Parts: sequence; structure tokens; C-alpha cells
Amino acid sequence: MARGRKEKEEMVENTRIDLQKVSIYYGNLHVIKNVSFAVPDRQITAIIGPSGSGKSTLLRSLNRMNDHIPGARVEGKAMLGELNIYDSGVDVVSLRRRVGMVFQRPNPFPKSIYDNVAYGPRLQGRIGKPQLDELVERSLRQAALWDEVKDRLHASGFDLSGGQQQRLCIARSLAVGPEVLLMDEPASALDPAATAKIEELMLQLKEDLTVVVVTHNMQQAARVSDRTAFLLGGELVEFDDTKTLFTAPADKRTDDYISGRIG
Amino acid sequence: MTRRRILGRLKTPIQQRLVSLAGYTVLILTAAIFIFLLLQSWPFFRENADLKFFTGDRWLPVSFPPTFQIRGFLVSSAYIAGMAILLGCPLGIVSAITMSEILPKSAGLVARSIFEFTAGIPSVVFGFLGLRLVAPFVARTFNLPTGLTGFTAGLVLSVMILPTLVSLAEEALNAVPREYAEASYALGATRWQTIWRVIVPAGKSGILAAVLLATGRAIGETMTVLMVAGGRLNTPGSIFDPMRTVTALIAAEVNNAARYSPQYHALFAAGLVLFTITFAINALAAKVIVKRVRGEKK
Repeated sequence: MARGRKEKEEMVENTRIDLQKVSIYYGNLHVIKNVSFAVPDRQITAIIGPSGSGKSTLLRSLNRMNDHIPGARVEGKAMLGELNIYDSGVDVVSLRRRVGMVFQRPNPFPKSIYDNVAYGPRLQGRIGKPQLDELVERSLRQAALWDEVKDRLHASGFDLSGGQQQRLCIARSLAVGPEVLLMDEPASALDPAATAKIEELMLQLKEDLTVVVVTHNMQQAARVSDRTAFLLGGELVEFDDTKTLFTAPADKRTDDYISGRIG
Repeated sequence: MTRRRILGRLKTPIQQRLVSLAGYTVLILTAAIFIFLLLQSWPFFRENADLKFFTGDRWLPVSFPPTFQIRGFLVSSAYIAGMAILLGCPLGIVSAITMSEILPKSAGLVARSIFEFTAGIPSVVFGFLGLRLVAPFVARTFNLPTGLTGFTAGLVLSVMILPTLVSLAEEALNAVPREYAEASYALGATRWQTIWRVIVPAGKSGILAAVLLATGRAIGETMTVLMVAGGRLNTPGSIFDPMRTVTALIAAEVNNAARYSPQYHALFAAGLVLFTITFAINALAAKVIVKRVRGEKK
């Protein structure tokens, strides 16, 4: 009993993002309904659920990418440390430097590999060439891409394979120095070998930062994540240790989904 | 995108054939026009096989013997088109950016229809407005003996090329994948940073094509420059001089030139020069567009 409480306290201390009764609307459409869960620091949290369950919407609310959608509205609290992401005074630009994002389809800019990675740092003002070179190298190394591109940093990002492009996009996000990385089905457009590389990379990344990944690939969630949230129709059905959720789900709907009976 | 792939999208062989037919018709017509100009100007070039035609400054069609030299008209065309582009491009490109990236959808639509409406105004109406409104204004402002100058024509033309420029540039910006903007915002870029560092660079070849096509339009415009540029026949000293462009020259004299007279053939020679210049500009634009389409397919 005492030990249980201690564990719980530790978990609370190490929460990176805390969702408290988050609801999201698109106009009159209630897309996310009263969702609460805590994303632990330096771990991988997976959000799973069938198409249309609101996974991506929820993910994109964490760096306020939904701000660009007319009529989108968020209720409840999404705490990033001490910061409520939806406070009126929040500077979205600096929020997005703390919470990076990788998209479903690799989307490098039509620029060189170097310029892709340097894009984020350059936004923040003048930066010396030596520092920038170093930052680009470090980010590419962190994204496990350096060895493949170090001889052609000034080639176009489009010259890379799909999997390499996705790692380039990860390096581009890392160059800004985020504490959280949101990944929206980052491997769904990739072949199995490239997918395996991305998953391996995610496991390395959690040494330094917190990863939240949306996936419709349940094996992927089971392989890489520490916690899993199961969304259905905009509601959080279950949130638990990945192992528990996949082996002994508490809710019948979760069981139905992971065993392939729904979705 | 290759020709085969475009044709491959069409459903039936008949449709493919019709499209091919239309394409070849345009090609053959263009070639026919070129050959016609060549034939009609040939007598002139046979007798004047030197570069004086381009470098000389004397256009004396009814003297004896007559002299036909078009430097003044070429320079005038360059001055006026150049000024129209210099004034029109910044305005047109900024308008395109505003419509495509900044205005809400509905306001963008309104702005677009205004530009499209402008495109429908006949050039003689622009000429009339230039004559009655712009020319007196220019004369007063710059204290000139006459308001009918290259400057006035450039000013009016800069408005006339806007529809071409804006709609093509906007199309180029709209074709920039939405994912680029998303990636930029997610990296903490502001809207301005996203526009200037990602969207405009990604659309730059399309914008360049728009500028080239607008240049072609400015060089080819006839009625307005005939009405408002004045009519001086030799090389202008400054943009504030009266001018006559190659197009205005042909329009003004072609009805007075006796058929198959030296003047008639000389005008066709000027027409051939004009055709070659605009053809080269349009070809360059087409090349830029093709390169852009290929680049995006990667």
C-alpha cells in the first residue's frame, strides 16, 4: 500500500504533459470528449484507435496545430509542466519549440538536407556558421541519419528515400531542441525496413525526450510504447501501461479493438 | 510530368486523339504565322542585309529613298515594358501572396474576381483612361510639356498586366503543398516566416513564369501604348519622352503602307522581330513551368 502510493507520487512528479478533461470541438462537432491522462516524461506514449477516433486531433492539440483550423475550439486543461498550453497568454511560437512534431507523410522542404535541419534554428535569429554546422550534425546524428548523408549535406532533401526523408524531418524537429516530440503515424507511409528504423530511433530518442505517437498499427504501439491510450469515438476508453493494456485490458471495447473485432 | 502521362489520364483513345490534334493544330498555326512573317519580310531583308535595321535611328518611310531603322521602337518597347514590370511585379506578387496566404477564403475570392474583372476591360478603355486621367496627371506632376510619354504608358501597362501576373502567381503559390506550411509552423515559425522562407521560395519558379508571361503581354500590348505613349519615332532620351513601341509602329502605319511597298515589307520585318522576342520570352516561361512540374513530381 505504502509502496503503491510512492510509485504513484513518482509518476506524478515525472509527468511531462497532463491532460485534464480536454474536449475539442470543430464548430458544433464534438471531436474529443473529456479526455484526461498523463504523459510520462522520457517515455513513449502511444495513442491508438480506429480511424476517426480523434487520435490525430488530440495529438495536434498538444502543440496547438489545430489553431490553424477555422472553428476549432479546446476546453479543459493541457498542462506542459507548469504551462497550460491553452492559456490566452501562451506564445504559440515558443510552445512549438518545446513541442515538436513529425507528420504522417515525410514533408521535407524543397531545400538541401542542411537547410532543412537548419530551418528551425535560423528562425530564432542569427546564428554563427560553426554553431549551426555543429547543431545540424548533432541533430542528424540524433536522428540516425548522419552517416548516410554526411557527404551530401547540400543535396536536395527530395533525393533521399522515404524513410530517410522521415528521419530528416525528425532531425529537423530535433534541431529546435524540443522536450516533447509528437509523431503522427510517422511510419505509415514507409516500408517495413524503414519502419523498423524509425521505431529503433524512437527508442533512442526517449533517452532525451518525451515521445507521443499516434498509430493505427497496434503491433507498433505494443513494440515501442511504454503507455498506451485507446481512443474510441473521441472518448478515452482506457489508458494504461502498454503491456497491461495489450495483455489484460480492463475494458471490453479495448479487448475487442486489439483483438481485431472492431476498427 | 511527361506528355504520355497527361494523355494517359484521358479515358478513351478518341479523347487522347482530340487533345493531340488540338496540340498539333496550335503548333502548326504558330509555325504558319512564323513562315508567313518570314516570307513577307524577306524582300526587306534581302535588300537590307545588315544590322542597321536594328542599330540605326532613322525611320523615314516616305522619303526617297526611304530608310527603315527600328532602334527607337525597340528601345521604347524595352523602356515601357520594363517600367510596367518594375512597377507591376512587386504589386502583383504581393497581391498574389495576400490573396493566397493571408486573406480568408471568401475575401480572397472577392479580390480574385476584381482582378479577373480588370482582365476583361478592353485595352482601348485603358488607353482612354490613360489619355484623359493619367497623362494630364503625369504632365502636371513632372512638369512636362506633354503627358503622352513612355512613363505614362508604363504606368497604365503596369495595371494592365496585373491580372495575368496575379492569377498566375497565385496559382503557383496555391500549388505549394500544404505540408510545407504545416512543417514550418510546427517548427515554431510565424506566418510571415513561413510565407517568406518556405512558401514563396517553393513557388518561385511559378512566380518567375508569371513574370515572364506578363512581360510578354507588356511587350505585345498595342492599343494602349499607341494612345498614351506619344509618337516620337527615334530613340527616346529618357522615360519621360514621348515614345512609339514596335507594336504601336505597326498598328499606326500598316494601313497607310501600300501593299508590297518597301514600307510594307519593313513593317513585316518589325513584326518578325516582335514575334521572335515574345516567342522567346514565352518559351522561357514554358520551360520554367515544365521544370517546376517535373520538380514537384519527385
